Amino acid sequence: MLNYTDFLSLTPFMILAVAPIIIMIVISIYRNYDIVFGFTVLAFIAALGSIFYILPIIPHSISPLFIIDRYSLFFLGIILLSALLVTLLSYNYLKQLDGIREEYYILIFTSTLGAALLAVANHFILFFLGLESLTLSLYILIAFEKSKNRSIEAGIKYLILASVSSAFLLFGIGLMYLTFGTMQFSAIVAAMTHLVTLPPLFIYGFGMMLVGIGFKLALVPFHMWTPDVYQGAPAPISSYIATVSKGAVLAVFIRFFFNIKGFENHSIFWVISGIAILSMFVGNILAIRQKNIKRLLAYSSIANMGYLIIILLTGSNNGIQSAIFYLITYFITTIGAFGVISLLSTNSFEMEELIDFKGLFWKKPWTAAVLTLCMLSLAGIPITAGFIAKFYLILESMKADLLILVFAMIINSVIGLYYYLRVINTMFSTADTTELPSISVLGKLTLAIISVVILLLGVFPGWLIDFIAKFANL
Amino acid sequence: MILIYLLAILLAGAFLAWLAGNWSTVLPRVISLVALGIDLTLTVLFLFQSTTFNAKWLIDIQYEWIPQFGIGMHLALDGLSLLMLLLTFFLGMIAVLISWKEINTKVGFFHFNLLLILAGIVGVFLSLDLFLFYFFWELMLVPMYFLIGIWGHENRTKASYKFFLYTQASGLLMFISILALYFVHGNSTGIYTFDYTQLLGTQMSPSTAMLIMSGFLAAFLVKLPVVPLHNWLPDAHSEAPTAGSLILAALLLKTGAYGLLRFVIPLFPSAAHSFAPIGMALGVIGILYGAKLAFAQTDLKRLIAYTSVSHMGFVMLGIFSFNELAYQGVVMQMIAHGISTGALFIMAGQLSERIHTRDINQMGGLWEKAPFMGAIGLIFAMASLGLPGLGNFIAELLILIGAFKVNILMSVLACVGLIAATLYSLRILQKVFFGKKNTDWKMNDLSIREKVVSISLVIIIVVLGLFPQPVFDVAKPSILKTLEYHPQTPNL
Repeated sequence: MLNYTDFLSLTPFMILAVAPIIIMIVISIYRNYDIVFGFTVLAFIAALGSIFYILPIIPHSISPLFIIDRYSLFFLGIILLSALLVTLLSYNYLKQLDGIREEYYILIFTSTLGAALLAVANHFILFFLGLESLTLSLYILIAFEKSKNRSIEAGIKYLILASVSSAFLLFGIGLMYLTFGTMQFSAIVAAMTHLVTLPPLFIYGFGMMLVGIGFKLALVPFHMWTPDVYQGAPAPISSYIATVSKGAVLAVFIRFFFNIKGFENHSIFWVISGIAILSMFVGNILAIRQKNIKRLLAYSSIANMGYLIIILLTGSNNGIQSAIFYLITYFITTIGAFGVISLLSTNSFEMEELIDFKGLFWKKPWTAAVLTLCMLSLAGIPITAGFIAKFYLILESMKADLLILVFAMIINSVIGLYYYLRVINTMFSTADTTELPSISVLGKLTLAIISVVILLLGVFPGWLIDFIAKFANL
Repeated sequence: MILIYLLAILLAGAFLAWLAGNWSTVLPRVISLVALGIDLTLTVLFLFQSTTFNAKWLIDIQYEWIPQFGIGMHLALDGLSLLMLLLTFFLGMIAVLISWKEINTKVGFFHFNLLLILAGIVGVFLSLDLFLFYFFWELMLVPMYFLIGIWGHENRTKASYKFFLYTQASGLLMFISILALYFVHGNSTGIYTFDYTQLLGTQMSPSTAMLIMSGFLAAFLVKLPVVPLHNWLPDAHSEAPTAGSLILAALLLKTGAYGLLRFVIPLFPSAAHSFAPIGMALGVIGILYGAKLAFAQTDLKRLIAYTSVSHMGFVMLGIFSFNELAYQGVVMQMIAHGISTGALFIMAGQLSERIHTRDINQMGGLWEKAPFMGAIGLIFAMASLGLPGLGNFIAELLILIGAFKVNILMSVLACVGLIAATLYSLRILQKVFFGKKNTDWKMNDLSIREKVVSISLVIIIVVLGLFPQPVFDVAKPSILKTLEYHPQTPNL
């Protein structure tokens, strides 16, 4: 039976679960976009606030499914903040759509709930449930602009590939269950303590699971869906897939991987190294030729995930902390970049081709400056957060003697630079005369916050590093 | 504290200039000029207040920045950096003055970038923390990239890419080396720090030292540049606007030389010693090859760019000679080359402002149209070929004497470079100012603003040539400090 403390510790999840129901009721009585939007923002803020409220009672675990510790709460915070930022940047994009649009926010809640559950999962069942509730909502969100063929195409693509990957994941979970007879992470760890090496069946299971995870994180060779889905989905949803969805999957995967000490197994070590190197090279090289900025960012996200999973192999708490720092900066920059795209798009015109950005700097200097900053941060140039993040990641990888991976990362940083610079160059070239929509105060404010955070983390990262060190220990 | 002020004034000036660009085109120029003027005044005042330059560091300040990783805000000033600062602020003001008429679009953003580059350069000259140094090293890149990419000539996009990719790729190699040094030092002493003064004298095996040093060399030799890593330079120099070429040639290249003197030699004394023959050979190759290519160019800015390759070969030769004479020559060369090549680029800019071409085959006989400009051109062409009485002569002579003590063959070959320099310098004069008129250009002589700029440069190059001793006095303690780490310093 659940007791009072159990309920209390689940407050953020309750808020995320109740909010969409309230929106449904509100819509059935009186359909108003602004009210729904305002409520969504408030609910996210409440959920964020409740994290601080439950801080005193952690670590707390509700057997067998949940584990609510500092690590999971930290990821929960990141997920909620990203979801909030995506919501803020969706306002204009959705407002100008014809027809039904309030349901968008219901789906944002259900998918965020799924993501949040991943952060506290201590059991394969919760892992799978969370993942499915995240993905199911995403199918609809991706295909939300029903009138656009590309949007429908992207939705179906995501549906099919994600189902296949879920099947792999389930099979993998099945095999691991077969080995140890339990689906609880801590129980698996306990069962493993007597073993010198991992049993082959378990490794097969882990391999299957890696396929599923690889799909969700868009790692090479499971990345095929990424560019099409990023391009077809509404811009805010592309950023949601790149951030919230990937972050949540990483949260649970890092926890599982470190629990079973996957980095100590040679075959797993080499497989992950290979995937990391492939993802970096394929992502960056394919990004060079893109003419569509959403596809470009999709390939860049493949490369970035390649950098990130290096950290799985360090096997140290410091490594995890550097990964989280990287994740946070990657989230902010990606949301910023997609935010600029969303704010400049109108109902009839999606600002996605690179040519559309020609001369943006002379038409809208501040907006272009934000996008420039995001690109520089993705490229890892100093005074932006991306530089410190990359530095931190390389530092921890070098500490763990992953020299080949570090070199691969360095080479890729240079390749990456090429296409990030291309975006910047386009914005600074001579302007043509296309009219661009003006940006709302809310949009400007959100972009301003994002830029300030990118610069702040780039120049004074110390406080966040301390903060992460205090929270993100497995 | 003055060091922080110097940086803060530049940064504040940069943002103010950008903002002011919204209302006026004159205001950003004035703001930049004032910011640089204040910095120059502060530095000059400091120079005159200092009675002795013998202290290890004239100013040394240290704050915590990211203590988790042992990164500090460690800035320090010695004679060498003081000279470099003076050069930076002075040429910065010149850069603002010469773009007064040339840059008419996006003036605010132009000056923002200009001041940001200068802030990066100043930071490089002052940092004593390797992370901070890398931070400033990279900070120079982005605004320079914009400067070339937005206000450059026809092929600016390609040139700006090339510049950025070359310097960034080599910079990242240096970054790995910095991290490797951090770990080597940390593993042997238990103190993980990026602080230069603590990293000095880190114990490591010769092969490790060689590997780590090569990362640093990659960054500095690309910046300097040394043949065969010079490929970015002609493009970047010739496509940049005049102020950009000036800053590239006169200041950015010097950060490479400074890096060698400040970091490579003291941090890896024995590895640097075993690299010395290669280093000297690279220097000589640079001198001869740069001169040959300079002689073959028809684009005036490309020609001057290749002369930089040649002149920087002398710096390379001097640095790897490891003696005081050569090092005095290197410091002098850094300053004199900054002034003389800067002046030549300014002249090229003034010419293309008037006749809209950089092709020397279309020029000729311009002396009678613009005698004043011709006279200035004559002086700096003479400086470039190493005429006694001008700064470059002192520099190159000292380097050659210093190198002669170490390796006779190299210095003899380098002397051949002086003859080549005569050839290309005289060719500039012949093709541009003398000879027959290829086209009958309508052009004015220099305006008062341009005359002020040119005359001030002339004064400095002459003073450096006639009274070089003060520069030697200021630089001497830093030079001795650098040589101190060298195992077999020959006593002079």
